[in-house]
Amino acid sequence: MRYAMAIDTKKCVGCSDCVVACQTENNVPIGYCRDWVTEITDGTYPQLELEIRSERCNHCENSPCVRCCPTGASHYSDGGIVTVTHNKCIGCGACITSCPYDARYSHPDGYVDKCTFCIHRTQKGLQPACVSTCPTKCMYFGDLDDPKSEVSLVLKKRKWKTLIPEAGTDPHVYYLI
Amino acid sequence: MAKRRDFIKVSALGLGGATLGIPLISSLAKTTLEETRGDYQSMKRTPTYCEVCFWKCAGWVYKNDEGKIWKITGNDEDQHCNGRFCPRGTGGVGMYNDEDRLKTPLIRSEKDGQQTFREASWDEALSYIAKKLKVIAEEHGPECTALFTHGSGGKYFGNLLKAFGSTNITAPSYAQCRGPREVGFIATFGEGVESPERTDIRDARCLVLIGSHLGENMHNGQVQEMSDALDKGANIITVDPRYSTVASKSKFWLPIKPATDLALLLAWIHVIIDEGLYDQDYVKKYTFGFEYLKEHVKNMTPEWAYGITTIKPEIIRETAREMGHASPSVIVHPGRHVTWYGDDTQRLRAVAILNALLGSWGRRGGFYRPETASVPSYPHPPYPEPKRNWRDAFPGQYQLADLALASGICDATIPTVTRDCSFKAWIVNGTNLIETLPNQKNTLEAIKSLELLVVVDTMPMEITGWADVILPECTYLERYDLVRTSPHRKPQIALRMPAVEPKNNTKPAYWIARELSKKMGLADHFPHEKLEDLLDWQLKQMGSSLEEMKKIGVKTFDREYDDLFFLPDEDIEFFTNTGKIELYSSALEAEGFDPMPKYTPHEEPQEGYYRLIYGRAPMHTFSRTSNNPNLTDLMDENKVWINPKVAKEWGLENDQLIHLLNQDGIRSKFPIKVRITERIRWDSVYMVHGFGHDQRKMSRCYGKGASDTNLISRVHIDPVMGGTGMRGNFVTFQLDAEEVKS
Repeated sequence: MRYAMAIDTKKCVGCSDCVVACQTENNVPIGYCRDWVTEITDGTYPQLELEIRSERCNHCENSPCVRCCPTGASHYSDGGIVTVTHNKCIGCGACITSCPYDARYSHPDGYVDKCTFCIHRTQKGLQPACVSTCPTKCMYFGDLDDPKSEVSLVLKKRKWKTLIPEAGTDPHVYYLI
Repeated sequence: MAKRRDFIKVSALGLGGATLGIPLISSLAKTTLEETRGDYQSMKRTPTYCEVCFWKCAGWVYKNDEGKIWKITGNDEDQHCNGRFCPRGTGGVGMYNDEDRLKTPLIRSEKDGQQTFREASWDEALSYIAKKLKVIAEEHGPECTALFTHGSGGKYFGNLLKAFGSTNITAPSYAQCRGPREVGFIATFGEGVESPERTDIRDARCLVLIGSHLGENMHNGQVQEMSDALDKGANIITVDPRYSTVASKSKFWLPIKPATDLALLLAWIHVIIDEGLYDQDYVKKYTFGFEYLKEHVKNMTPEWAYGITTIKPEIIRETAREMGHASPSVIVHPGRHVTWYGDDTQRLRAVAILNALLGSWGRRGGFYRPETASVPSYPHPPYPEPKRNWRDAFPGQYQLADLALASGICDATIPTVTRDCSFKAWIVNGTNLIETLPNQKNTLEAIKSLELLVVVDTMPMEITGWADVILPECTYLERYDLVRTSPHRKPQIALRMPAVEPKNNTKPAYWIARELSKKMGLADHFPHEKLEDLLDWQLKQMGSSLEEMKKIGVKTFDREYDDLFFLPDEDIEFFTNTGKIELYSSALEAEGFDPMPKYTPHEEPQEGYYRLIYGRAPMHTFSRTSNNPNLTDLMDENKVWINPKVAKEWGLENDQLIHLLNQDGIRSKFPIKVRITERIRWDSVYMVHGFGHDQRKMSRCYGKGASDTNLISRVHIDPVMGGTGMRGNFVTFQLDAEEVKS
């Protein structure tokens, strides 16, 4: 099982519902976030293009954060989800520095925190909070090993990209373009 | 002589729970708990419908083991949200948690020659209001009172006002927002667009948006349907001087010169008639005045429109064909906030006419026939017949306005020699009129003329600073309200019940209105001590019950008839004078207005000035959410969008603080950061509405960004229905800005 997320940049309106839904679902303190929205404008008026995308931990198959963690707090959980065991984390911040996506932050309680693909929900067969609330339904979540999963199907059908592929991290968040 | 009313910064008073004596707090808390303790406290999940915006999505409030609100999510059965809340609804918990909330009733008083607020008990505050209203009724008549409302409390205060003898009940959502659209569509189809809009976007093959920034205005169901339509391959045509989010998702973006939309619409009508792209059977069967219209637009060619709109003729033709080929599954969207230039009803008429030609009204992928669940009203004593109403202040004007004008009542509050009636008391519930009505000077003059201003709100908004009495309302998460009934594809009701106890000394609007009714001798109009009793009675009449609704939150009923869309060859009598869809409006003609829309040029900015365009951000609702901790975390200030060419001319840099100065010499109260972006035309600037608060008590949003309303001093009134056109204001830049200290 390999969990992955595909996000349709053609549908995302950048409303940030994914951000606030994640914050409330996971009790992320105000002022911090596990996901965020990026907007990139290209061209000059009126020949313009705009890409909007919701970003988060890429749950990389080759994760620099897991590799550099001195205590083993950062590790792969079921389905390849990269998680941090809070009570093993010493808050050294090596993982924060190593992540090419800047996806991790220091929680005020002294550990490093980030997106978990809402593992507490996915283990129950639910979608991550961001996916389940997104008003444009621009996010797909599922198992890459299951060819019939929504995420496998949409990746087969549509053109996609990953972020910073040159980092060689083999990310599991895909952007439909 | 009217008394002068000063703005009081609620914070200057050192008020709030902390200064209440300890015994008072505990005794209050005790009574409150005993009075209202309910089963909801043990419920992990309670139903609600959202009050952060007017879309009113139904959802669930979840609590954690400590009984605190954890999260709010959508109800799958709800047609407004389909189980998915928008960021504001998801972040609605911030409205409850906001520590800057109003906490206890306050009464304006004088101390050491200074006006200030003093804390009062509910009993004292309500007695004060009742006494004042009685004096006003005796001296001027009860019709000299008005209610401004935007939200669920309006029904209770409306009931109270009608019982008192006034029908002056208004919401800025009409004359400052969607009024021209309703009037334009009623003049054409005999029916308005309503809310939520009756647009069948999910099945549209072509969606045309004119200045409507769906996705940035987070009208939940519509945004969802737009996304569904995109999935199904629909094409979007967006007309906007700004490269909006939805412009980036559109097949065609028409970067129109601002204030010229009507010329484009007329040219589209020309092409659609000229090239025979209209639905000929539909037009023949259902419409009136086609030949007049054809003659009217004969010379309104794309070439004519090019010179006005800067949109190339071939693009105008190509987009008209795109609509024609999608007919009847095409929506030329009526928009929502459409009070722009003062000829807005006529512009919306052109939109309605286009839809009629394309045969989209009553067709799948166009506009559906909504149905509303009918909730029985509990018998109440008859209301007294008022001697006059707001219309008497405007003899012969705005006859086609189908709702009261908030701006009209505001104007009619300022005494003049020509009017025999001016308003003396306002009750304002859930609408921050200072940031809602254009021309703040005028609003303040009206407020200063009042003998009584009561503000019922959850937050210390600007309007509360002008109040005589402030009544702290609890949020939607802490109360019952009447069931939500909205027009939609299927009749549906939604329940709101409290998830938690009201914080501090706040009360639900129903309780406030009922207690006030007792003091005014009008208690007969509020026969139910608790709203739950009325709800249960109503729900049982409908075949449900409060018990059932607590479990399901939303209940859907079957339609009376299977008539969501027109049946093939259905004979239809439209609610217009001719019984047809009026391309030529007999109603407008009868009132002395153009029966078919004409383009008139609007003023353009002088050199060095830029047209002020404003809009919405998906994570905020007007100025209502600017202090919400969850939503401020997503966006805590607005910026002024400036085209790079203009920025270069002025030597501006990104995030530089500047002041805006409008054509009337009004300078923004606070500086605003510059956002240099290609996404805005060089002749305009853009900012998100709802920022630049100058109420210090709102600690997160005070002085953050600038207020567009502050700069909208020039208003172009729509002669048809009294809408306030607000897009005829121009600003220039002042670079002497300093950071605001909070």
